Amino acid sequence: MMEWFAENPVLSGIIKAVVLFAVPMQIVPGLIYFERRICAWIQDRKGPNRVGPIGALQPLADVVKLLMKEDIAPKGVDRAIYVLAPALVFIPSMLAFAIVPVGMDLQVFNPNSGVIFAITIGSFAVYGLSFGGWASNNKYSLLGGLRSSAQMISYEAALFLALMSALMMAGTVDLNVVVRDQIAHGWNIWRQPVGAVLFLVASFAETNRLPFDLAECESELIGGYHTEYTSMKFAMFFLGEYIAMITMSALMVTLFLGGWSMPTFLLTIVHDWFGVAISFDQVTLGTMFWSIVFFSAKTSALLFLFIWVRWTLPRFRYDQLMRLGWKVMIPVALANLAITATVIVLMED
Amino acid sequence: MGHDAHAEPEKKPGKLGLLGKAYLPAIAQGLLHTLGHIVKWDHNTLNYPDEKRAPFPGYRGEHRLTRDEQGREKCVACFMCSTVCPAHCIEIVAEEAPWPDREKRPKIFNIDMMRCIYCGMCEWACPCEAIELTEVFNIPVRTRAEKIYDKERLLSN
Ligand code: SF4
Ligand code: SF4
Repeated sequence: MMEWFAENPVLSGIIKAVVLFAVPMQIVPGLIYFERRICAWIQDRKGPNRVGPIGALQPLADVVKLLMKEDIAPKGVDRAIYVLAPALVFIPSMLAFAIVPVGMDLQVFNPNSGVIFAITIGSFAVYGLSFGGWASNNKYSLLGGLRSSAQMISYEAALFLALMSALMMAGTVDLNVVVRDQIAHGWNIWRQPVGAVLFLVASFAETNRLPFDLAECESELIGGYHTEYTSMKFAMFFLGEYIAMITMSALMVTLFLGGWSMPTFLLTIVHDWFGVAISFDQVTLGTMFWSIVFFSAKTSALLFLFIWVRWTLPRFRYDQLMRLGWKVMIPVALANLAITATVIVLMED
Repeated sequence: MGHDAHAEPEKKPGKLGLLGKAYLPAIAQGLLHTLGHIVKWDHNTLNYPDEKRAPFPGYRGEHRLTRDEQGREKCVACFMCSTVCPAHCIEIVAEEAPWPDREKRPKIFNIDMMRCIYCGMCEWACPCEAIELTEVFNIPVRTRAEKIYDKERLLSN
């Protein structure tokens, strides 16, 4: 199996690409379902439980509804950009996901630039939001688009600096090496707690989720950048947000929570319960399977955190958001980076 | 958790302090609070229409015209209810009653349920206890015309 993959790089690449495209796309409906159920539980409600067993087919019904909606474009929109914007939100998040190792050495492609590729591509999503806001010919959309671009550019800096702290621990940008380094020396969340918190907070801002959903902000901007979008174009924005959430969780897991690995005591538990001995020394089908399981479990936990936070916190005010970004997070991230670099250099001597 | 605001009266509102400005402790507190709601699993909503909430006593739903012991409508077409009705939704046409104990009875008694505000004034005004509000509230129809209840419909409610 492994040999076959190694011998047929093109075919295996295509298979990986299809699977890794299909999987997040299939996770999104489930995620939407869980988001609605969890938010209902937090608010002491029951949530959607009518369509199918325990309401699990609700997202399907929603998709059918969205497909059947009339696709309306308001008067005066800039047609080309208006149509392009949803795709510009959706595609970068999807591409960024491609380089995350979801299992042991399992990623669609592994460029030399590693995680920097993901961050760079991921930041293209801001064009989607601001184009959507600009092209809609609507003042609320425009405000939402402007806000999102300012917000994402400021938090991207903090995100990148926090990410650098994790990369410096391993001394590489190759995510598989980062994970292997965490197997050897412990998860980065223990070695870089400040970086982990900063990365988490910045990723909330990057995905435009509450408490940082200033771009959408339904109570003051109606829907922000997607006010004028209907039907499947709206669904694309929606999809983009959720895929970005998955990508950010996956990146966070890989960089700070040990990626596809598990601490030894949990490996012992797996050994006791299922009778499989897992060692991350070489790639076999069994380890591959278990690494995917570990990775999915951690990513799901983080996705739960995303949802949980969204239904707990109120929205930041815009000046608070900017103050937090520029005056707190970036200085702290820089200080963290400087201290990390100093310690690493001192340890080498 | 965050409820006992009276515990520290000297703390001025609006002053967060360094820990408050760091947001994270407050956020953790909030997260625990919402998690508590998930764990408590005490839902306020019902699986309507599988489960229904028992109506409260005195609930004002759709009207009913009552009958006396002989099965005749009690209404004597006095127009009190239609006079008092703030929504002007009761339409009565009187006719001579064939019975010796009263002069009139309603020939037509229509209530436009779409205009009614279910205030219960008609029940309150009626001298003969001929009209009352029931606990029924959920009768769907396909046209507006069906929601204008005539005498038979009101008597059978
Ligand atoms: S309940 Fe109020 S509004 Fe309705 S018919 Fe009686 S008096 Fe009129
Ligand atoms: S229902 Fe009562 S108030 Fe109305 S006309 Fe009949 S007797 Fe009079």
